[in-house]
Amino acid sequence: MLLIHCPYCQEERSELEFRGAGDAHIVRPADIASVSDEEFEAYFFLRDNPKGLIFERWRHIHGCGRFFNAARDTVSDKFIVTYKAGEPKPEIGAAAEKHAPVETYEAVEGEAQ
Amino acid sequence: MSGVNRIVGKGRLTPAKTARFSFDGETYTALEGDTVASALIAHGVHLLGRSFKYHRARGILSAGAEEPNALIDVARDKARKQPNVRATVQEVFDGMIVNSQNRWPSLAFDVGAVNNLMSPFFAAGFYYKTFMWPRAAWKSVYEPLIRRAAGLGVAPTEEDPDHYASRYAHCDVLVVGAGVAGLSAALAAAGTGAEVILCDEQAEVGGALRYDAGVTIDGQEGYAWAQKAVARLKAMDNVEVLVRTTAFGYYNHNFVGLAERVTDHIAKPSQDLPRERLWQVRAKRVILANGAIERHMVFPNNDRPGIMLASAARMYLNHYGVAVGTKVGIYTAHDSAYEAAFDLKRSGVSVAAIVDCRQAPGAAVLEEARALGIDVLTGQSVINTAGRLRISSMTVARNGGGSPRKIAVDALLVSAGWTPSVHLFSQSRGKVAFDAESQRFLPGSYAQDCLSVGACNGTDDLQRTIEESLAAGELMAQATGRSSGEKIAISAEQAYDWTGGMIGAAEGAGPKTNAKAFIDFQHDVCAKDIRLAVREGMHSIEHIKRFTTNGMASDQGKLSNMHGLAIAAEMLGKEIPQVGLTTFRAPYTPVTYGTLIGHSRGELFDPTRKTPLHNWEEAHGAVFEDVGNWKRAWFYPRAGESMHQAVARECRTARESAGIFDASTLGKIEVVGPDAAKFLNLIYTNAWDTLKPGKARYGIMTREDGFVYDDGVVGRLAEDRFHVTTTTGGAPRVLHHMEDYLQTEFPDLKVWLTSVTEQWAVIAVQGPKAREIVAPLVEGLDLSNEAFPHMSVAECTVCGVPARLFRVSFTGEIGFEINVPADYGQSVLEAVWANAEPLGACVYGTETMHVLRAEKGYIIVGQDTDGTVTPDDAGVAWAVSKKKKDFVGIRGLQRPDLVKEGRKQLVGLVTKDPKLVLEEGAQVVANPNEPKPMTMLGHVTSSYWSENCGRSIAFALVAGGRARMGETLYVPMADRTIAVEVTDLVFFDKEGGRIHG
Repeated sequence: MLLIHCPYCQEERSELEFRGAGDAHIVRPADIASVSDEEFEAYFFLRDNPKGLIFERWRHIHGCGRFFNAARDTVSDKFIVTYKAGEPKPEIGAAAEKHAPVETYEAVEGEAQ
Repeated sequence: MSGVNRIVGKGRLTPAKTARFSFDGETYTALEGDTVASALIAHGVHLLGRSFKYHRARGILSAGAEEPNALIDVARDKARKQPNVRATVQEVFDGMIVNSQNRWPSLAFDVGAVNNLMSPFFAAGFYYKTFMWPRAAWKSVYEPLIRRAAGLGVAPTEEDPDHYASRYAHCDVLVVGAGVAGLSAALAAAGTGAEVILCDEQAEVGGALRYDAGVTIDGQEGYAWAQKAVARLKAMDNVEVLVRTTAFGYYNHNFVGLAERVTDHIAKPSQDLPRERLWQVRAKRVILANGAIERHMVFPNNDRPGIMLASAARMYLNHYGVAVGTKVGIYTAHDSAYEAAFDLKRSGVSVAAIVDCRQAPGAAVLEEARALGIDVLTGQSVINTAGRLRISSMTVARNGGGSPRKIAVDALLVSAGWTPSVHLFSQSRGKVAFDAESQRFLPGSYAQDCLSVGACNGTDDLQRTIEESLAAGELMAQATGRSSGEKIAISAEQAYDWTGGMIGAAEGAGPKTNAKAFIDFQHDVCAKDIRLAVREGMHSIEHIKRFTTNGMASDQGKLSNMHGLAIAAEMLGKEIPQVGLTTFRAPYTPVTYGTLIGHSRGELFDPTRKTPLHNWEEAHGAVFEDVGNWKRAWFYPRAGESMHQAVARECRTARESAGIFDASTLGKIEVVGPDAAKFLNLIYTNAWDTLKPGKARYGIMTREDGFVYDDGVVGRLAEDRFHVTTTTGGAPRVLHHMEDYLQTEFPDLKVWLTSVTEQWAVIAVQGPKAREIVAPLVEGLDLSNEAFPHMSVAECTVCGVPARLFRVSFTGEIGFEINVPADYGQSVLEAVWANAEPLGACVYGTETMHVLRAEKGYIIVGQDTDGTVTPDDAGVAWAVSKKKKDFVGIRGLQRPDLVKEGRKQLVGLVTKDPKLVLEEGAQVVANPNEPKPMTMLGHVTSSYWSENCGRSIAFALVAGGRARMGETLYVPMADRTIAVEVTDLVFFDKEGGRIHG
C-alpha cells in the first residue's frame, strides 16, 4: 500500500485515503469547442504509459478532498514529489537520478542477474 | 506415554505436561509444545498423507514452514476445521482432531495409488494435452473429475464461528525473523530507543538455534541465549515481540503484512480472543532475518515416509526430544548433515552410514564422524530406496556406477545444502544476484528501505552474522533519526564451519534415467518432468514452471525451485542466471481468508444505507431492494398480494388519487457562490443563467467525450444558490466529477460544493390529489398552479419544519417533493400520510416509480443509457444548449461517430400481443429468419406491465430508431420470437396535461 504525502495536509497518509485521477498537466483547451478532431483525441484519449517517471493526479478524497499532482516512478512506485494543483511541473532531473529505479517482478522474470 | 521414540533427557518440552489428540481416529498423547509432526514421529508415525498426483505415501519432510508433504486437516469441531495445515507448524492442543487428506478409503490402503502405476501416462503436461477437447467438457466433466482425484483438503461446510482481528502498526524498525540474526538486530535497534517490532513464525524464538545444539553464544547454549535475549527485548517499552506471526507479504513503501495465529495452539481459547490477527505494519526500516531453508537430495524414490531433511531430524531430537528412527542413514552433499548424525549418535541412536556424494567433505566433520565410529561413504550416492509405507532400506553405490548394496534404515536424512530465504526481499522488488561460487541467489540491489542479514543474506559464519546484524540494527535505527545506542558485544562459537552443497539431480536421477526423483513433492514433479518440459520446447523458466507445475503448490517451491532451475539450466546448456528465477509472490505461506477479511464479514462487509423514512416503511409492510448500498422500499404488498398485484394497484392508485414515495436516496449537492450559475453552465449541457430563483430545471450532464453521465432536477433557490439532485447511484461520482473541474480546470470560479444527500429526507407526493394532501401542511406558500407551477422550488415551512418544496414530477402527475431535515422526515411523513390515506392514496416503492416514469417516457440514466449514449440518442437533445461556448462535453458531442447517421436511439416498443412483457436486455432484430449471427439492432433497456395502459410497454435502444416509428421489429427469445412495434417513448397521457393539474 502506497504512502502518499498530501501537499495540502502536509502529511504522509495511507493510499486508502486517496483516489488516483489520471495524468497530470493535461491542459483542457481554452476554446475546446473549436479544436480539431486530432487535437481533441490527443487531449482526451491519448495517454502515454511510461515506464519510469510519470506526472499524475491524486485526490485526497477521504481527507481534505483536494486534487494535487505527483511525480511517481511507475516501476518502483516511489513518489519523487507531490505538489499542489496549479503549480508548475517540477524539474525532476536531479531527484530522479538520486533515486534509482528498480525493475518490476515481471521485468526480471527469466532474466534475474 | 508421549511416544516410544521420545528420548529421556533430550528436548525442551516438559514430560509432565501432556495433551491428547487424535489422528485418523487413533488417539495419541503429545507433550505441550509439540507440533503434530513431532508428536506423531514420537509415536513412530511417519506416514501422514498421499501425494497430489500419484497418491504416493508421504511423510514428514521438514520441521518448519517449508513443509510440502505433511498437510493435514485440523478440527476442533464441525465448523472449526481447517484443511491443508502443515503438521510441522501446527502445535498440538488437547482434544485436537487431526485427519490425513487425499486418501480413500484409508491412508495405508489408498485406491488412488493406482495413479502411481499409471504414471507413464501422467507425464508433465498430461492434463493440458488430454483434456483439451471438447472444450465444453472441461467445465462440466474434466475439471470436477480432476479436482476430485487431485485432492487436497476438503473445505469446511459450516460458517466459520471464530472471529478475526486486524490492526495497523507503525514502527521505526521491523525485524522479520527471531533467529540469532534477528535477535541481534532487534537488540541493537532497540538499544537506540527505536520503536521495534520483532516477529517470528515459530512458537519460540531462536530460529536455527532451536535445533543447532553445536552453537554457543556468550558462553551458553544458543537456544538459552535466545530466550534470554527475547526476555530482555520483551521487557523494553519500545519493543513488540510477536511469535507465531508470519510476515507473509512485503508491499509498497515498507508496508508489511503479518499474520498472527493467536489461538490455534490453545485447547480452550477464550471467546474474547480472535483466532488470528492481521498486522498491517508500516515500518520506517525493515530488517530481513529470514534464515535459510535446507534442500533435499534429488535421487530415485526420494519421497518415502522416513526420508527427511537433516536439520529437521536435529529439530525433532534437540527441541522435541524425539528420535526420527532407530537406524538412521544420512545422504548429503553438505557438512551440516553430519551434525545430525553426531547428535543422533550421541543420543544413542544407531547411524547406519553417512553417504556423501562428495569426494572431499569438510575435514573437521569427517574427523568427528570417525571419532564417533560413524561409517562415512564418500564419493557414493543413494541411488534408490525401498519400503512401502516407510523407508526400509537405501541402495548405495559408488558414483559413476559401482555395484549397488542395500543398507537397512528406518529413516534417511538428506541435505543438499541451504537456500537463502530471499522471498520477502524479492517481494520488496529487490533484485537477487546469483553467487556462482556458492551457487545461490542472494540479495543484490535493494528497492526499499530494508536490509537482509544472516543466512538469508548468504552470511554463513555465526560471529559474522551477529556482527552484521548488530550493525544493521543500529544503522537502520539511526536512519530513522535515533542516536547510537550502547555498544553491544556478543561472542559466539559454532561447532563446525560448513562447506558443500549441490543443486539439481544427484546420481541415478540424471538425464538418461527414468526414475522418480522428486523435486516438488506436493505437486509430484520429478527431475525427468523438467527435462520433458525442455524437450517439448519450454525454454523460459516461467514456462517450465507452468508446464510441470513445479513450485506451484501451496509451499510455492521453497524446496524445489532451485533444483528445478538447475536441471532446466543443465538441459538448456545455460548458466543458472541466464535461465532466471521464477517470481516470489506473497503470501510467503498460506494465509486464511479469515485473517485477511478480519471484521469485514456479514453485516460489516459493506455498510447499509437506510433513509430517514426506513422505519416507517418497514412498519407499513415495505419489501426492500438493494440499490447500491441503499435499502429502498420496492413495493408494499397488502395481505395476499403478489408483487405484480401490489405494483399494479400502486400504479393505478397513484394516477387515480395519489402516491407517496421516498425519494431521499437521490443525490443532493448544494452549489453555492457568486459563480454558481457559471459553474453549472460548464458542468451541464443546459443553460442555467436563464433560470430564475424559485424555478427548477431538468439537467443533463455529459462527460468530456459527449456521453450522458448523469441527470437530475436542479432548483435555483437564490442567485448564488442551487439545489442539485443526481441519480441515487451517481451521487458520489458526480460530486467527484464536479470537484475535479472546479479545483483543477475552473479554479478561478467562486463556488462551494457540499454533499447534502444525507441531510434531507425527501417525500414525493404524486397524483391528482397531491395538492390536497400537501397544501394543508405548508405554511407561507401558495401552492396554486398560478403561484407555484410545475418546475418551481421554494423554501417554506412544512409541519412547522424548515423545508425545500419542489413542484416536480417523475410520474406525469401533479407532484411535490418535500425536502425536510432528515431527523424530521418520519414525523412529516406521518403527517402527509394522515392527509393522504383518507383520500385513498397509497404509498409506493421503486418498482411502481419505474413503471410510472416509463409510462411517461422519462429515462433513467444507467438503465436506459450505458455510457455510450448521447443526449440525442436518449431523446433529450432539447436539454443541450446550442448557445453556450463551453461546457463539459461540447467538443465530444461533435465527434464524427457521435453525429453520424444510424446511431442507436431510445424508442418505445409495444408488443403485438399486449400481454407479453419483454425481457430487459433482450436483443432486437429486423429479420428473425436471418441466419445466425443475426444483425442486432439494439436491445430492450426497460420493460414493464403497465396497469394504466392495460398492456406491456418497453424502451429499447435501436439503430436509427426514431426513423423506424411504426416499423415491426422482432425480439428473438429462446422459446419464441416476439413481434414488436416501434413507438415514441410516451405511452400515457401523450398530451401531458395531467402534470399541470
